[in-house]
Amino acid sequence: MVEKKHIVTAFDEDLTTLNDMMARMGALAETQLFASTEALIARNPSDLDDIIKRDKELDDLEALLNEKVIEIIALRAPRAEDLRRVIVALKVASTLERIGDLAKNIAKRNKVILDTTLKTQTLPSIRTMTSMVLKMLNQTLDAYAEVDAVTALDVMEADIEVDKLNTVVFQSLIEEMSYDSGQLKIGPHLLFVAKNIERIGDHITGIAEQIYFLHHGEMPDQDRPKADRSSTIALS
Amino acid sequence: MKRDGDMMLSTPKIKSSGIIVEYDGKRALHGIDLDIYPNEVTALIGPSGCGKSTFLRCINRMNDVIDNCKVSGRLMIDDTDVYDPEIDVVELRARVGMVFQKPNPFPKSIYDNVAYGPRIHGLTENKDDMDRIVKKSLKRAGLWDEVSERLDDKALGLSGGQQQRLCIARAIAVNPDILLMDEPCSALDPIATSIIEELINELRERFTIVIVTHSMQQAARVSQKTGYFHLGNIIEYGETNDIFTRPQNEQTEAYISGRIG
Amino acid sequence: MTDQATQTAQSKHLKKRYRAEKRFKFFGLAAICSAAGILLVLLGGLTQMSIPAFTHHYVTLDIAIPETIIQAEQVTDLAAMRKVNWRGMVRQSLRNEFPEVTDRRGKRAIGNLLSGGAGDALRDKVLIDPTIIGSTVAVALPLSDDVDLLLKDLIDRSLPEENRVISDRELTFIDHLEAADRIDRRIAWFLFTSGDSREAEMAGLRSAAVGTLLTMLVTLLFSFPLGVMAAIYLEEIAPKNRLTDLIEVNINNLAAVPSIVFGLLGLAVFINFFHLPRSAPLVGGMVLALMTLPTIIIATRAALAAVPPSIREAALGVGASPIQVIFHHVLPLAMPGILTGTIIGLAQAAGETAPLLMIGMMAFIVDTPMWIDDKATVLPAQIYMWANNPERAFQAKTAAGIICLMVFLLLMNALAIYLRKKYEKRW
Repeated sequence: MVEKKHIVTAFDEDLTTLNDMMARMGALAETQLFASTEALIARNPSDLDDIIKRDKELDDLEALLNEKVIEIIALRAPRAEDLRRVIVALKVASTLERIGDLAKNIAKRNKVILDTTLKTQTLPSIRTMTSMVLKMLNQTLDAYAEVDAVTALDVMEADIEVDKLNTVVFQSLIEEMSYDSGQLKIGPHLLFVAKNIERIGDHITGIAEQIYFLHHGEMPDQDRPKADRSSTIALS
Repeated sequence: MKRDGDMMLSTPKIKSSGIIVEYDGKRALHGIDLDIYPNEVTALIGPSGCGKSTFLRCINRMNDVIDNCKVSGRLMIDDTDVYDPEIDVVELRARVGMVFQKPNPFPKSIYDNVAYGPRIHGLTENKDDMDRIVKKSLKRAGLWDEVSERLDDKALGLSGGQQQRLCIARAIAVNPDILLMDEPCSALDPIATSIIEELINELRERFTIVIVTHSMQQAARVSQKTGYFHLGNIIEYGETNDIFTRPQNEQTEAYISGRIG
Repeated sequence: MTDQATQTAQSKHLKKRYRAEKRFKFFGLAAICSAAGILLVLLGGLTQMSIPAFTHHYVTLDIAIPETIIQAEQVTDLAAMRKVNWRGMVRQSLRNEFPEVTDRRGKRAIGNLLSGGAGDALRDKVLIDPTIIGSTVAVALPLSDDVDLLLKDLIDRSLPEENRVISDRELTFIDHLEAADRIDRRIAWFLFTSGDSREAEMAGLRSAAVGTLLTMLVTLLFSFPLGVMAAIYLEEIAPKNRLTDLIEVNINNLAAVPSIVFGLLGLAVFINFFHLPRSAPLVGGMVLALMTLPTIIIATRAALAAVPPSIREAALGVGASPIQVIFHHVLPLAMPGILTGTIIGLAQAAGETAPLLMIGMMAFIVDTPMWIDDKATVLPAQIYMWANNPERAFQAKTAAGIICLMVFLLLMNALAIYLRKKYEKRW
């Protein structure tokens, strides 16, 4: 999409700065998520410490972005698409920060899990979930840069798979814990890890909705696709 | 290029169909179709020379006084075409009031400024009637408190903002249905501007207001409907909210965001 | 280094500009001073020439007024008053001062020392106060113009008798009266209070002044409404097409037409065709009105055009008809300019002679005209006629007349400036 320039060039510069900040936040969130599950698989606890520490960077970036948005609103009086862009940036940044928090939480829990020698059958599924969500995040961040509402809709569809997987992982973990009470040391943590990944998927869907809104000026008609049945599973 | 929706619920107060205006053979308006709804503020925006003032002046036939200006098309106010040769222009201008860009009170007293219109249209029978009309108009224009003690003072001694409110009082003294405002705040400071914008908001209870403005901020603050003019055409017309948050037309988007092109 | 060079170049250039400015100011001042100087010389010369006209020499004599000449109640009866030989009485009174002169020539010479209007001086005194009938009163009698000129040193005593207007014998009479302290010099009020007269010493400006006023009145009444209405029509109502342009060009040209042409027009149309009275302020006023019309139209159009369109738009917006816009708003604001133009036009007309020549306002008018159909003359015409008169006394009077006319015009222009300043409204 070829953007026409603003007559006031400072406005264009502000929007570019905003986009850069968002790109940095997105890259950081991606890294955090990838690293957290890789560390579990590679069994490398020191990486996990790094992840936990790096979360502060994400928080700081969000605060900076908030300030930039307020400045643009006060000084440039954005209208129409500019206004949507700026509001969407605010929401997406907040979501990315939440994703970062969730990644940090996963890292914390993975640390605990790594302390034990217990194994689980669900790791491959969790890994698949992670890679799916990573792909979603990557696609969404690209779609945001391009304001590509079509890809955004695809991403929203992809979340269905993540939800389904989460249900499966949930059931497996419950079974594991029922058969072997020793699994209770790591089981609950793994439950949270899977849940967090699923939540990250939902957040990414939220970002996709914002991209759609940015382009069309309206929220998408369909409800956010949910296929997470884990909340309805009766526990024996 | 209109949006469907609530606009179809009430009947338009002013309906223009194919209004074309030519100056010395050169077209300034290329056929404007626009509906203006009662008891609303409709803003007309667009870059300089786009024809918005020309269109405004068609509504009360002020273009008649310009030599070599030809207007064609139909402009209906309620059920009457104002360009019907049977129409009395003087009477039309009592029904459609106008406020101009630079405040232009008559070089008379404040009282006489407001009283002039009712006087020439024979709206009053005695001095008490006139006093009442003057007081009512000045109150409605938000000027009464400031001038009630000095109605015989020269109107030109008032500040710019006060003079403009006096012009508004003068226009509404003849009890029009419609008020046309051609960039009424462009010669005023920000505070006087805000006072008048607030006044416009109050006035729309009684009058249908059409305001031409080159400030998008003002159009956004003050109006319920907005029409975007460009090079003698109306590009987009709809709810102010929609125009400023999600315009349909690329040109509108570009103008509103302050983009070139 | 280059900065220094540019700076010096700049300051040199600046000095040149200042010098040019000073030169220009000098030339401007010189132009004004020379114009003013010439004007002062002219006016000064004129004033100097006119001074003698403003005073006159009188001889005071004790005159016995016998009861028999007229009854006190009869003084208001013109016919009765005319029957009295005032002239004879005053001449006799002067002769009584020279009892030794017995020859007829000498007696006549003494009588001729008095002005032809000296009898009227006595008559007027009786008219004012009839109670003096039957008594002896001191009356100041005007001397003849030649004697007056002599006493003002405007006739050279040293000239031989045949080249002098006053004979040697008359000189002795005058010297005697002077020695007897009977002669004094007073302000010549009659210059303003009496009409023209064959007697140089009695000639005054009154009838001409009244004639001018009446003529101006007629001019104003004809030219002002016509001119203003025409201007309003042309400026506000007429469509802007070739016809209007043609009219405009013609009006501008009319302003440059020689005034005598208007006089010819007046003669041909007003007098010969419509048989209006010759030499009357009515016709004179109408002719001058035609002359002034273009000036008023042009000035009014300019004043109307100067009213800003915002006022007209405001009035139209409130629903005023075009005529209401003109009369309620535009005209009042344009009035100062219109008045100024009118007064300037009238002042110009007041100084016109040529067109009035044609319609006969060059007559010798003694009586003050009462209304616009009476025979009259105007100040410029009067001055012209006096200038043509060979008698020496008329020289000073002509200059005095010119001064009066100029004062009149000055007052009119001052009025124009005052009115303009007073009614100037800021918008």
